[in-house]
Amino acid sequence: MNHMPKLNRRSFVVGTATAGLSLGFNVPFLTATSAQGAPEVNAWVVIKPDDTVVIRIARSEMGQGSLTGLAQMVAEELECDWSKVTTEYPTPGQSVARKNPWGDFGTGGSRGIRTSQDYVRKGGAAARTMLIAAAAAEWKVPASECSAANSVITHKPSGKTTTYGKVASAAAQIEAPADVPLKDPKDWKLIGKSVKRLDTVDKTNGKMMYGIDMKLPGMMYAAIKACPVFGDKVKSFDAAKVEKMKGVKKVVQVGDNAVAVVADSWWRAKTALEALPILWNNSENAKVTSASISKWLKEGFEADKAFVNNKAGDVKSGLGAAAKTVVAEYAYPYQNHACMEPLNATALYTADKCEAWAGTQHGQAAFAAVLEASGLPASKCEFYKVMPGGGFGRRGRSDYVTQAVLIAKQMPGTPVKLLWSREEDMAQGTYHPVTECRMTGGLDDKGNLTSLHIRLSGQSILSSLRPEALVNGMDPATFAGLSPSGEAAIGYEVPNLLVDHSMRNPHVPPGFWRGVNVNQNAIYLESFMDELAKMAGVDPLEFRRRLMAKYPKHLGVLNAVANGIGWDKPPAPGVFRGIAQHMGYGSYVAAAAEVSVNGNNVKIHRIVAATDPGYAVNPGQIERQIAGSFVYGLSALFLGECTVKDGAIEQSNFDTYDSMRIAQMPKVECIVMGTGGFWGGVGEPTICVAPPAVLNAITAATGRRYRSFPLKNHGLTLV
Amino acid sequence: MINLTINGKSHSVDVEPDTPLLWVIRDTIGMTGTKYGCGIAQCGACTVHIDGEATRSCGMTVGDAAGKKITTIEGLAENGVPTKVQQAWVANDVPQCGYCQSGMIMAVSALLKEKPKPTDADIDQAITNICRCGTFQQVRAAIHEAAKA
Repeated sequence: MNHMPKLNRRSFVVGTATAGLSLGFNVPFLTATSAQGAPEVNAWVVIKPDDTVVIRIARSEMGQGSLTGLAQMVAEELECDWSKVTTEYPTPGQSVARKNPWGDFGTGGSRGIRTSQDYVRKGGAAARTMLIAAAAAEWKVPASECSAANSVITHKPSGKTTTYGKVASAAAQIEAPADVPLKDPKDWKLIGKSVKRLDTVDKTNGKMMYGIDMKLPGMMYAAIKACPVFGDKVKSFDAAKVEKMKGVKKVVQVGDNAVAVVADSWWRAKTALEALPILWNNSENAKVTSASISKWLKEGFEADKAFVNNKAGDVKSGLGAAAKTVVAEYAYPYQNHACMEPLNATALYTADKCEAWAGTQHGQAAFAAVLEASGLPASKCEFYKVMPGGGFGRRGRSDYVTQAVLIAKQMPGTPVKLLWSREEDMAQGTYHPVTECRMTGGLDDKGNLTSLHIRLSGQSILSSLRPEALVNGMDPATFAGLSPSGEAAIGYEVPNLLVDHSMRNPHVPPGFWRGVNVNQNAIYLESFMDELAKMAGVDPLEFRRRLMAKYPKHLGVLNAVANGIGWDKPPAPGVFRGIAQHMGYGSYVAAAAEVSVNGNNVKIHRIVAATDPGYAVNPGQIERQIAGSFVYGLSALFLGECTVKDGAIEQSNFDTYDSMRIAQMPKVECIVMGTGGFWGGVGEPTICVAPPAVLNAITAATGRRYRSFPLKNHGLTLV
Repeated sequence: MINLTINGKSHSVDVEPDTPLLWVIRDTIGMTGTKYGCGIAQCGACTVHIDGEATRSCGMTVGDAAGKKITTIEGLAENGVPTKVQQAWVANDVPQCGYCQSGMIMAVSALLKEKPKPTDADIDQAITNICRCGTFQQVRAAIHEAAKA
């Protein structure tokens, strides 16, 4: 995903080469917040004469709120007036031309803030230093006698003041300081505050511009169908059958596996595409079914060889010596992201330039896709980010950008907006990978867990998307939350422990997905901890605590939700509780749920959630991420499944791949712990604890343990 | 030619009468606040008001919409003043990605017209829009706040 081709670098002046100007057409998102013409203090900060502060954001906003969080980080050090802050995205083309001053544009793995916090704060601090230096030079006083707050610079001895807007041009001429000290966290004024998002108003009045809303003069619309059997190709298609249909401009093959119809409206393009006869060259892939995949994965439970990620003691002899052993097998399905906005991209290819617009989680990867698909050098390409209607990992891939460029290339001079139908979006996902798991636990005669073997069997995302990230063939990401240390460490000490993975990669393409590997691993481990506790005859919370002495941060969030739900007091009659904890993306997370079960109807009354991301940049937005992630995670638990038949995905739309509604939403109470000292992620970690907490509560209510998902397959309905 | 009245303005459009209203609003007339999510009236992202009633515009043909009073998200505010619902949405920071929120706001606005003080049960029954970011907790809070305003 981080692959970038070798590029020809060419000088580039910020703000002068926007597509809007080159087309002589007002593309709203490019000009509305554009810092064009205003002094750029440094790569991160532009200040207009009216004191408006434009903060550049390299990572993508897709709903998770990090646009606002990152602006808070820069503004904290900049000491600017928060009410005058706006943001803009630099383009990946500018990034290349300027030798990458903004670092990584990639937005996934809950890394938006935690892996850029250092340099974005330094960007703000450097700009502040330069602004103060400019004022001091104008006043002919030492900079050390000046200070800045709220966009106002004050010379203390004389009482003179000026504003950022007045000195920004001069500051832009000052050499950037080599290094700047950052504030002590105890002095933060903006980081840690629940300020409002910067991008809300336009999302309430229809003005926010998403990729699907792109309009360019003379633009045509494309609908596309790729081979439903992953990996298989187009054999032939009969364009003559639809070319005369009203509005149809062209029928084109896209790459080796897709066909698109271009028309003067998307509805006409889609209607013609549905009437277009297409034949596919099918391979052995067309014989794959969910059952054949599951059979193959179950064979992985017995495989002699497996990648070992976490090992302590000797699990085989430990299990042999156990007073009691428990064995349980779990399975987790393929799931589609189903972003509310179906995938789309707009491209314009001319003899000397190729430009594309789309919502993406990775501007640089999308830019690389434009280069590769157009065949043009970086100096002749540009990519512009627009607001995505959800990402969840799917928009980290650039396949839809590639397709748009390949179509536009066949219609030089005509802008083309490619929009996938929801059905295409369901059929051409990069799916939450499929895994199964065999858990084997051994208890001593006092009910202590002495041995645990976690055998994962199934698909690796990195093998498919980033094979260079494999470690001697092993996919470390598969073990999220089960690893010995790092950003996704297990929180239990077991004397004899073995966590290993029999890698089995079906032809269905896997992808990163909100939470992804922590989702199934938390279900496997935290469901099984309850199974072990039951066998040991010990309260599930107490059973966990006994194993967590060496994991105070994991224990911290677990205790927080136990207190929050009132674990030491009985729930209301008919209400049952479950609890779970896990770690992912550098944050510690836990949940405690209260449910009642009436026949097959499950009602989740309440979930108390805790997260410790170290530094909590915007607690109000973190709470929204927690509650929102539970909707995504509980939709997956109860409803989310993509099944495979004849090598293709069977589900086609929200009628067969449903999602939670407001009526099913439990009350979510958030505890944002923010103990400081480290930077953990926010968008994803909490998603994984809601399902096992709810599952454990369902078992407490019914006595039944569910080990395959979604729960709709067991007849359970979330009400 | 089909005549439509959208947000008080007339439009004549030259499209097949069986074209879904959604695509005429978005692509023919060019008002893109109304969103496409599923095309089968499941998700609610395309909700508009037809004679005041919340309607999923992907499931209604433009032929059937002719002569009716159509209101889209762009036409909700009166004289540029955001409605109570829109104000409550901003005050509660409801949207995340925001893509479904046009439809959500249109559905809620119709509910409040019918039931100015809806109970949680009223909300559960009337608001069936999908939001994959999952901002339902904020939606509920904002509905109650708008009802109080």
